[in-house]
Amino acid sequence: MAAAEFDIPEIKENIEVPKLREGVMAHARTFPAAQPIQDYLGYPHELGDDWKERAIDKMGDMLGKYRSLKVFLDICVHCGACTDKCHYYLGTSDPKNMPVARQDLMRQVYRRYFTTAGKLFPKLVGARDLTKEVLDDWYSYYYQCSECRRCSVFCPYGIDTAEITMVGREILNHVGMGQKYSNEILTKVMKIGNNLGLPGPALQDTLEGLEEDIEADTGVPVKMPLDVKGAEVLLITPSADFFSEPHVESLIGYAKVFHAAGINWTMSSYASEAANFGLFDANYEVMRKAAMRIRDAALELGVKRIVVGECGHAWRVAYSFWNTLNGIGYGGNDPFSIELQKQLDPTYPQPQHICEVTHDLIKSGKIKVDPSANDDLVVTFHDSCNVARGSRMGTEPGGQFTVPRELIKAVANNFHNMADETIYESTFCCGGGGGLLTDDLMEVRVKGALPRATALNNVVKEHQVNFMAMICAICKAQFTKVLPKYGFDMSMVGGVHQLVSKAIKLD
Amino acid sequence: MTIIYAGMFYIATLLLVVGLAYKIYDYSRTPAPLKIPTTPAPTTQKGVAYRMAKEVVLFESLFKSNKWIWVFGYLFHFGLFLVLARHLRYFTEPVWFWVDFIQPFGKYASIMMVVGLAGLLTRRFVVDRVRYISTPSDYLMLLLLLAIGLTGMMMTFVVHTDIIGLKAFFMGLIYLDVQPIPQDRILLVHLALVALLMVIFPISKLLHAPGVFFSPTRNQVDNPREHRHVAAWAARLDQNN
Repeated sequence: MAAAEFDIPEIKENIEVPKLREGVMAHARTFPAAQPIQDYLGYPHELGDDWKERAIDKMGDMLGKYRSLKVFLDICVHCGACTDKCHYYLGTSDPKNMPVARQDLMRQVYRRYFTTAGKLFPKLVGARDLTKEVLDDWYSYYYQCSECRRCSVFCPYGIDTAEITMVGREILNHVGMGQKYSNEILTKVMKIGNNLGLPGPALQDTLEGLEEDIEADTGVPVKMPLDVKGAEVLLITPSADFFSEPHVESLIGYAKVFHAAGINWTMSSYASEAANFGLFDANYEVMRKAAMRIRDAALELGVKRIVVGECGHAWRVAYSFWNTLNGIGYGGNDPFSIELQKQLDPTYPQPQHICEVTHDLIKSGKIKVDPSANDDLVVTFHDSCNVARGSRMGTEPGGQFTVPRELIKAVANNFHNMADETIYESTFCCGGGGGLLTDDLMEVRVKGALPRATALNNVVKEHQVNFMAMICAICKAQFTKVLPKYGFDMSMVGGVHQLVSKAIKLD
Repeated sequence: MTIIYAGMFYIATLLLVVGLAYKIYDYSRTPAPLKIPTTPAPTTQKGVAYRMAKEVVLFESLFKSNKWIWVFGYLFHFGLFLVLARHLRYFTEPVWFWVDFIQPFGKYASIMMVVGLAGLLTRRFVVDRVRYISTPSDYLMLLLLLAIGLTGMMMTFVVHTDIIGLKAFFMGLIYLDVQPIPQDRILLVHLALVALLMVIFPISKLLHAPGVFFSPTRNQVDNPREHRHVAAWAARLDQNN
């Protein structure tokens, strides 16, 4: 079933706030997950007679477990500060894509079943019964949010719509309305170890092929080690890096960095995925289970450091949640975390982003680069949403903006930022994050990319930018597919380590 | 009339205090299982206090977001703060020196407050996005606050009420020795609306006042690599491992 045809928005000079047009995106519904997938994850696969009770029960359960949910549902004053901040609203003009309206889809139900005012005066406070119609709205609009957190920057109370979207999806899972794309991926990670469902032997083959390519290209035998016990570094990277273009160019970049620095490293066939789609639904146990594979691999291989490749949501989970979920980090005093901590090298942060690693190596002179190798490029940098607003690099707040930029400037001579209101903490999501990177949501993805495409277009015109560097597998896949619809060449899209790969000097 | 108003204020105060105490207790006992500060975020507890202070005192995020909402919101909240502080003179004997000091500012702050509220109400009608998200209670809340502000201003600037009698009434409530309430219609309306506001405070969006301090995206320290953060319900999973 092909998605319906739709108009590609026109890029204007500035990012414009559209007049709202009700219901124009209600038809955009992601494909539902089939029974085997739902079964595997322990969810029903269709609405039962008791779906409403299940949904309300689950909401009550989540309200007791997540302070964010409880506080955020209570304290919104409908001030409107967020209404023009979401790229999906800017791209579609559907009012239910305004962050507050997306939250209200759940807040209305919360008020009806969990608050005094909503029980007594539902109409007055905008409370609504949970009906099939409401549930269908959830399914449409909680899959038109990429959980990018841009709204949370601008909310006077820090309300993060992503937290609501995640819970909304989890409640949908519990009543039998899971999403095919994300849930399929989660089953693959849990059964095989990566989102692509790539088994160990196939991975081994691929890596050997890449080794041959690099040697043919550079004359240097750069290795792509897999499952090497006793290696110093375990690299956890998105599985897209093994196969997709331009992702694989960055993987080659990481390998060259480790080679040039003389670091003994390995990847793992058991934990061959950095991305953790468990983040996208508020199912802590699923997210933890996916993260535990990395702990297990680290213990099994006896590595001293854990480094994460270019992947946005993955880096958020790794940086912000791994210490919580699987004990990769410091400061734990329980047996679970001590077991792993005593194995790790305390002179390095754990986990560490590949950009932090490479940046430090260049700064300390341990690897050499020739930025003129990238003189054919005029580079800009797209801050990936969950790196920008859900993580950090380096020791100072904002290191997630400065480290990749300093790294780019070390390996390329021509660099220009996009407009301030579209980068750093105000960065616009690529439009494909948070479980939306699927063809059945192509209209949402294309329209959601409009603000970024507009900002890019301006630096292309002004500075002749011809390369947009980024550090996220989803951003890379989304932009290579979607930017051509706006008239950009897909070769403009690539990883930061693709630039490193070109500039690095190998012995 | 005195008995009705005395009863009304005792009940309203009780509901406000108990309601807010329960909500604050409820927020504080609900765990935040994951580190979700909106980054860049402070890396120390002190930094978090500074970030929160900027949010609460200056409305920093709102300033980044929308200058009109910020201007009206700030006029209203800062005006309300001065007005409330000025009102302490009716509940303290002797009146604290700083309350005396802000007395003249507090009187004119009511204008700021009303202008801010009028601006916020206008936005609800005029901006299509804000109109779309507004519920009846959003309008009524602004109207209630406006009515409180305007009746108060009437008594300050137009027809003075028996302020000595009013203070005697409230001091009487505090010392459980009920005194007669002045029979002034504007005053009675003003007080009834205030009591209503006190009652709905803990069951409405006015919870944003205590709630902002519990917002995990603003009150968490960005130090997940150095400190292990685990909620009690999540720690049990580690033991089963």
